[in-house]
Amino acid sequence: MNVLKINTGLTRRILVEFIRNEVERVGFSNVVLGLSGGIDSAVSAFLAAEALSPEHVWAILMPYKASNPQSLEDAEAVVKATGINAITVEITPMIDAYFERYPDASRLRRGNKMARERMTILYDHSSLYRALVLGTSNKTELLLGYGTIFGDMASSINPIGDLYKTHIWELAAALGVPEEVIVKKPSADLWTGQTDEEELGFSYRDVDTLLYYMVDRRYARQELIDLGFKDTFVDRIHTMVVTSQYKRRLPVIAKVSARTIDRDFRYARDWET
Amino acid sequence: MKFSVALAQVSPFLGNLEKNLEKCEQIIEQAIRDRVDLIVFPELTLTGYFVKDIVDSVAITRDSPILKKLLGYSKRISIVIGAVEETPEFKFHNSAFYLEGGEIVHTHRKVYLPTYGLFDEHRYLAPGSRIRAFDTKFGRMAILICEDLWHPTAVAITALDGIHYLIGISCSPGRGIDSSDRLGSSITWERLNRTYAQTYSMYVIYCNRTGFEDGVNFWGGSEIISPSGEQIIKALYIQEDFVHTTLSDRAIRRERITTPLIRDEQLHLTIQELERVYRERFKD
Repeated sequence: MNVLKINTGLTRRILVEFIRNEVERVGFSNVVLGLSGGIDSAVSAFLAAEALSPEHVWAILMPYKASNPQSLEDAEAVVKATGINAITVEITPMIDAYFERYPDASRLRRGNKMARERMTILYDHSSLYRALVLGTSNKTELLLGYGTIFGDMASSINPIGDLYKTHIWELAAALGVPEEVIVKKPSADLWTGQTDEEELGFSYRDVDTLLYYMVDRRYARQELIDLGFKDTFVDRIHTMVVTSQYKRRLPVIAKVSARTIDRDFRYARDWET
Repeated sequence: MKFSVALAQVSPFLGNLEKNLEKCEQIIEQAIRDRVDLIVFPELTLTGYFVKDIVDSVAITRDSPILKKLLGYSKRISIVIGAVEETPEFKFHNSAFYLEGGEIVHTHRKVYLPTYGLFDEHRYLAPGSRIRAFDTKFGRMAILICEDLWHPTAVAITALDGIHYLIGISCSPGRGIDSSDRLGSSITWERLNRTYAQTYSMYVIYCNRTGFEDGVNFWGGSEIISPSGEQIIKALYIQEDFVHTTLSDRAIRRERITTPLIRDEQLHLTIQELERVYRERFKD
């Protein structure tokens, strides 16, 4: 039995209602999201279009000069399929101007800078369109820390953050995401020829199955090994989850007062809505 | 005795008593127009679920103007409603009130406050210390709140206390997506409701909330289950709904003639064995 199989109809219904509810309860009616041409942002765009109607969804395409031209084409296909609004803001001038100072900067620094550049553009447009920033990070990358803190991990609401990449594939097919977006290899498209699975060194299907048992079902280390996962794989993933915990939390605040934000000053974010 | 029951499956505003009261009043007026005799609202209707540190500011005392207003309506329609109750000792409970004929006929204070997984209730709230049946215009009833119903011992007490109608109210978060067309949490609830109704030949009147708080969905799906374990009425999943139907204690009578499980309960033996278990396993 495939433990990662989800009922896409029910999932879709919950996520669509989630977007509508969390947007409207704070007095908004629009969302803005970065559309990369990849499957995660495509799924978020489809869900938002269904929840709010396409004219309330703003996609921003933010290519860099080294981005694969296919990414832009795929993003445009998603725009066409959903009927959402779209604009293109190239990030090449900003990125290149910055790295003129640091010509030897690593790929990691460049990739993070690009992700954060895109974040500032999204938040700027959230103010322009009176729109919430819609997240496009899935559960796999959030758990592994395979994303840029305050970059692509930043958002106001995230409909797909509790779905593993494998779930995203299932849901994308049900939503009618263009075939070419579903079948292509996942990539952060930060440099030519990059693919997630090659960079990570394992497949999404394998790691999603492991994470499902480890996180969702709370299997202990030996129980995971007994299921047939290699001990080195289990240990590596455990370490990735632990060492990226900081990316999933607000900054740590030094406590000095009687009530400290998020420690003993505890309120739901949807407080009074 | 026949009477009509409505399930008001609402999505409350988190921490906004006035708006929630207004919402309830509109639904109560609709129910009165529909000639409903008893209307049941979900757990924490007046406050929303993830109350956390707002507990003290949304709590109501038994003489609060909000309760007075609802008591006014209760002269025309009986009402079950959930709220945070503040006691004279300044304790805060997750409570349900049964309002009828201008009186608070019964208060149930949630006994089992879940504090695990996504739940944090015992941090903010005090547990109740009683499980009691009570008499209403329509027959003998009991109210249990959400987690209370996941403890069959609590349900057994109410059944042995002579009820015909078990009212369960909840804020059940939807979770556990898999290949099924229902969430894991709703499957469990629906199984419990049917099992309790059939086991004790009684009606189970279950009202769950809907809506979202901080990304958590409440799945709705409120229902009434007959004494033979059949679903009589069902509200929609995931969205607000208002449904009502007529119940008759004759169905309980028929079921208790066919399968007299309640008649055959051996309460003395049960108490004797529970006392032994308590002595042997729970007492220090």
